[in-house]
Formats: sequence, C-alpha cells, structure tokens
Amino acid sequence: MRRRTIRAALASAAALVVLTACSTDDSLDEPDAVDSAATEGGEATPTEETEASEEFFVQADFDSQDEQRSATFEGDEAEPWLQYIDGEMTDTSEFESEGGGKKACFANASISNPWRQTGWITMNQQLEVMIENGVLSEMETRDAQDDDNTQLADIDYFISEGNCDAFIISPNSTAALTPAVERACETGKPVVVFDRGVQTDCATTFIHPIGGYAWGIDTANFLVENLEEGDKVVALRILPGVDVLETRWAAAEKIFEENGIDAVDYFTGADPTEIKKIISDELVQGDVQGVWMDAGDGAVAAIEAFEDAGVDYPVMTGEDEMSFLRKWEETGLTGLAPVYSNFQWRTPLLALEKIFAGEEVPAEWVLPQVPITEDERADFLAANDGMPDGHYAKFGGEDLPGYPQVWQDRVIP
Amino acid sequence: MRNPTAPLQTGRRAPLPERQGSAAARVGAGAATPGGAVFVLVAVLVVAIIVANPNFGDPGALIRFAGRTAPIAIAAMGQYFVIVSGEFDLSMGAVVTTQVVMAGNLIGQDESRIAPVMALMLLVGTAIGVVNGLVTTLLKVPSFIVTLGMMLALSGLVRYLTGGAATGNPVDAFRQIGRGGIEDVPVVDIIPYPLIILTVLAVLAVLLMRRPYGRSLIAAGDNPEAAHLSGVSLWWLKTRAFVLSSLAATIAGIILVGYAGVHPSVGQGYEFTAITAVVLGGVLLGGGRGWVLSAAAGAFSLELLFVLLTSLGVPSTWRDTVQGLIIIVAVAAASRAWQVGRRPRRTAQAPHPEPTASSTPTPDPGTTTGEK
Repeated sequence: MRRRTIRAALASAAALVVLTACSTDDSLDEPDAVDSAATEGGEATPTEETEASEEFFVQADFDSQDEQRSATFEGDEAEPWLQYIDGEMTDTSEFESEGGGKKACFANASISNPWRQTGWITMNQQLEVMIENGVLSEMETRDAQDDDNTQLADIDYFISEGNCDAFIISPNSTAALTPAVERACETGKPVVVFDRGVQTDCATTFIHPIGGYAWGIDTANFLVENLEEGDKVVALRILPGVDVLETRWAAAEKIFEENGIDAVDYFTGADPTEIKKIISDELVQGDVQGVWMDAGDGAVAAIEAFEDAGVDYPVMTGEDEMSFLRKWEETGLTGLAPVYSNFQWRTPLLALEKIFAGEEVPAEWVLPQVPITEDERADFLAANDGMPDGHYAKFGGEDLPGYPQVWQDRVIP
Repeated sequence: MRNPTAPLQTGRRAPLPERQGSAAARVGAGAATPGGAVFVLVAVLVVAIIVANPNFGDPGALIRFAGRTAPIAIAAMGQYFVIVSGEFDLSMGAVVTTQVVMAGNLIGQDESRIAPVMALMLLVGTAIGVVNGLVTTLLKVPSFIVTLGMMLALSGLVRYLTGGAATGNPVDAFRQIGRGGIEDVPVVDIIPYPLIILTVLAVLAVLLMRRPYGRSLIAAGDNPEAAHLSGVSLWWLKTRAFVLSSLAATIAGIILVGYAGVHPSVGQGYEFTAITAVVLGGVLLGGGRGWVLSAAAGAFSLELLFVLLTSLGVPSTWRDTVQGLIIIVAVAAASRAWQVGRRPRRTAQAPHPEPTASSTPTPDPGTTTGEK
C-alpha cells in the first residue's frame, strides 16, 4: 500500500488525482482470508471468465459450498483442524521417510491482519510440537508482506537455495502465484497450499475451509430471517477484487435480492474511521436495520456508530474476532459471528506429518466452517477469557504448548 | 503594514487605500477569490445535500457531521502552514497512524497513563516536525523527499510494532476526547469535543497568521529570496511550520483514536486528504497565497462532497471516480481563478490610484484574503 501511495504522490504533486488513488487503493491491508472458490476442485477455473463478466458469482460453486455447509466431515469433531470432506485422496507413499528431522519452508503471504496473526501464532506452537516429536527439524519462513513479487522471489529462493524437504505456501493471490507453486511441485517434494488457492492441482494437498459462498449464505440467511422485507442492510466490504471476499458478498447479495432486503455496499479498507462515517451517513439518510460485514475487523466501529447516533442496534453479522464477540455480548444485539476457520493454520504442518509417514491426505482438504451463534457465544467468550481483542475464538490451539499464555501475550513470532 | 512583501510592490504602483468599498462589497470581493469561494462551495454543498436528503438539515446531524470532520480540518490547517510557506508535508498520515498506534499500545486500560502518554505524543509530534523542518531547510533536501522518507520510516515503525493489524482500543476515558461531547445542549443535542478543539485551534491559527510569524511565513512562500533579504530566518520559520503540521496531525490522531479506535489504517491517506482540502480551500500550491480558515473550509467541502455522493446513491464502485473528477475540476477552477482573478483587478485598480494618500499600503488583493 505504501509503495502505491508513494508512486501516486510522485506522479501528482498536485495531490488531487491522488486522493482517488488512495481511496481506491487496495489490497495491502489485506482482508482476512482468501480462499479460492474460483479454483474449487483444484482446476484452473474461471477467474478470467468471471473477471471478464465482472461477476464474481459462479452458480456451481455457490451450490457446492451451500451443500458443504451441511456435509459430513471425516475425522474427530474435537479436532476440526484434521477433519475433511470425503473425496479424492493423494497417495503420498513416495514421500514416506523414516528419518524425520525434515526441513519445512513456509512462504507466507503476510501477517498484516489480526486473523493471519492469530493463525501464525498457532502455527508456531504447532511447529514446536512437530520439532519435539522429531518430524521436523526446523521451518524457515519468508513473509511476503502482501506482495506477489516478493512471494515469487521467496518461493524461488526456497527452491534453489532453501535446502527444503517440503514447501508450505499460503499464496498472496491466485493467478500470480500459480507458476511459482508449479515450480515448487516440479522439485518432486511435497507441496502444501493453504488458505487462498492457486490455479493448479499439482500441490500434494490444498487446505482451506469451505469458502466465501458459505460465509455469504450463512450470514445473509441470518439477516433475512431476522429482518423484514424492505429493511435496509449496510454491507461493509474491505476491498474489491479479491475473489474470496467477492464471493462472500456475491452470495449474500443474491440472497438479499431474492428476499427483498435493500442492501447497499461500501468499501472500507477496514478503516474504522471510514466505517463510522459510512454508518453515520446512512443513519442520517434513514433507518438501518442490518449490518453485514465481509470480515469482522472494524465491527466495533460500526456498532459504535449506532451508539453515537443514539439509535437502536442493528441485526449484525461480524466474525469470530474477540472484539466483536465482546461488543456483541455487551450490547445484546441480534448477531451472528461467521467463521473463516482460523485453525486451518495448524493443518499444513499436521499434513506434512501424514505425508512423511506415507499416509494419504485429501487432495483438496476442506475444513469445517461453522458460524458462532448467540447460544454458543458465552462458551467461546469463557473459553477465550483473557485473550486480546484481535484474537479469533476458533483458533483451535487449546491443546498446544504455551496455551493460553502465548496467545494472550500475542507476541508475533 | 507588516507584510515584508509590500515594499516590492510599491515601485510599481501608488499606494492603495487600506479598505475598498463597503463591508458587504469586501465580503463579496472576498468570496470571488478562491479562498473565499470555498465557503460558498460549502454552503452550496450543504444545501444540495439537504435537498437530496432532508434529514441532513437536522441541527443534530449537522453538528455530528462537523464533529467528525474536525480532525480532517485540523490536519488541513496544519498542512496549510507548510504549504503556504512553499513546502509539502507528506508524513502527516503516517504521523496520525503512529500516534494512534502509540495511544493504543501505551495507554491500554490504564486511565492514569492518559496524561503522560498524551505529553509523550505531543513530544513525538514535535520531534518529527523538527526533523522534517531541519532536514528540509538546513540540509536543503526538498520537503517532498524528506517527508516522504519520514512517512516510510514511520510506516515501517508502525508495521514493526503492530505487524500491520489492529490492536485493542485504549481506555474509554481517553476515547471520550474524540467520541464524546457536551451533552443535552438545546437544539443541537450534543456539541462534540472535536468541534470545540477545532474552534479553539482555528482561532489560534487565525491569530498566529496575523502575527509577524504568519506574515513572514506567507512572504517566505511567495518569494523566499525576498523574505530572506528582508531579514527573515527561513530555516527557523519553516521548521516551525513543520512542527505545527505534525502537531496538527498528532491532535487529529488523538481525536481519531476516540472517534474510530486503534487500527493501522487510521490516518492512511490523510496527507492527501489534507493537501486536497488545502488546495480546495484556494491555497496556492507552492506557497504565498491563501487563508488558513479556507483550508479548514476546504476540508469541510471535501467531506460534504463525499456525503453528497452517498446521499445521491452513487454506487460504491463509481464513488472514487466521481470524487476524483470533481476534485480535479474544483482545483483546476481554483487555480485558474488565482490567475484570472488577479489580472483584471490589477488593471482595474490602475486608474484608481490617485486617492487618499494613506501611508500604509495594503498588499496585493491576493494576499489580503489572509487578513480579512
């Protein structure tokens, strides 16, 4: 983001055009999480098509994720980070190795939002376990700071000089990182991709929660159930053009339209100042009955805007971030906390353990993604008592060493 | 007359009367300058928004709007000092972000830390301004580059401290500065504290611009050489302008922590919003012309413009484009007005000059907007 701003600055001392430049400025304070609904099934699918039609809505993906919301997950419910939907499995017998002490190389997109930071902490604690039990000797991590080019260079460095036994890649963006992932695959070593996807199925496994459509369906259905036809919903979106955020909104928008909900969407850049302004302006325009968010970062600012204007709380969907859960309880508003399962940050390392043991792993490892309802809220608040505001309730690290202190201190490794 | 630029002009024409025309005529003439026209623009926008959305005319809604625009107006006034002296401060947004993050991390939930941390914030703000100013003036590095570097340095620091994500909000008592107000006021319901802070700072800024410091600052922006020859210490003058700018950013930061909460994106793009507001306020980029309150009015007109777009239901995907176009047009009009507005007046004044042998010449009409 900074780099863009600078370029804009240099280009225009007059600073005018720049204003637009910075308000449209995208990406780098990246949203939560981006999976790859567009690459569902690992196929190199419709990104081009969808962008060409300027529609991020693919009915088939919508339907399949809608089904997955109620799918049966294999594995122990107490360990959702190991659960998966039954499907094609990858044979990993070629990677079976007795020795242990492998070196993992992790190319991370960024840790620039609270969701990624929480997951990163959890991953490091999982790593401790892996080193202790001898599966891994170390993990070398490179943080691309939300930059495609940096991440391409990181992966190429790992391939040529990293001396890696396995690659873990959390791609920054779908299309740009595809060739680098393919190069990693060509080394013949295991490649684990998680969170956002790429347009190749060469990876040993691709780990992600159900996806953006599921998020949109859960949240929009909740609002529709709790609102009347004709009610106004303000949709707060972090930024345009990121497929998974777009699919969250695409699914929700469709459902709002079908049910006669008057929804208006805004881009906020997750900036609480923007969020507050948007809500204040909307409240001056007329009543707002609902708030929909494509990520919970900034939910508190949205709620505060209603308080400041002295009007009733809206029906609202946020995320399982502690700040929202706490404000939700404090205000007693009608709400839902959709979840983009943060515990997926454990799964890549556990997948490596399986791979080096020669156990088969799902080719596409779809993790459960279950929203937190009002009834469950108290349990999650109690379970995460003392955690900082940026912590995510479904972080799934309760059985790891250092719990709860490490997450409470929230020192970024 | 304390304006040091005046002597330069006396050779070209006879002294002018100190006041021309009635008060109403002078207000009218002022409104025709870019620095005055922005007030007309504010009024037009307010009316337009009320037409589009009558609820906005509610005094309570208006005052809340004014309250939330206060930090931008404060930043614009800070930026004005730097721009009118012929420099830029691009570090402003990063200063806001740094202060917001500092407040979040250092105050936490401990009320007793509010005062010391605020003192520290002001100190940090001053230090940033001093560095910007001294490197610009003494090392002769263009302010564009210096403040750009400062912006990057501070952004890196924030990124290091936060990892780029939000931390918890500080204690509510501190956030009241930006979020609260005097309540149960008749008619308007609430007078937000940020609006009170803005008013106090605006009065102080006007007073400062009427003092020798303000006059010298405009002179330095208009013609640094002449200002230097007339005995002005340019480095100290401009350094103080940079300090005022980063202090304004600090105060905006304190207000924004209250208004919005702690997030590394708070303050992002503030430098451009402030510069745009200053330019919309008719202040000449490059310095030497403009009124400090016009900069604040520029901030208000900019925010009103955004509200108008919302009221008209412009889809979110188009909003930025529309904003960009309107701003380019507005600023192009303003900068032309400085040229066009000046030329005829000069020729028109030429026939006049016989009159009233006042010994105190008034400066060029362009600069007088700063002294009404």
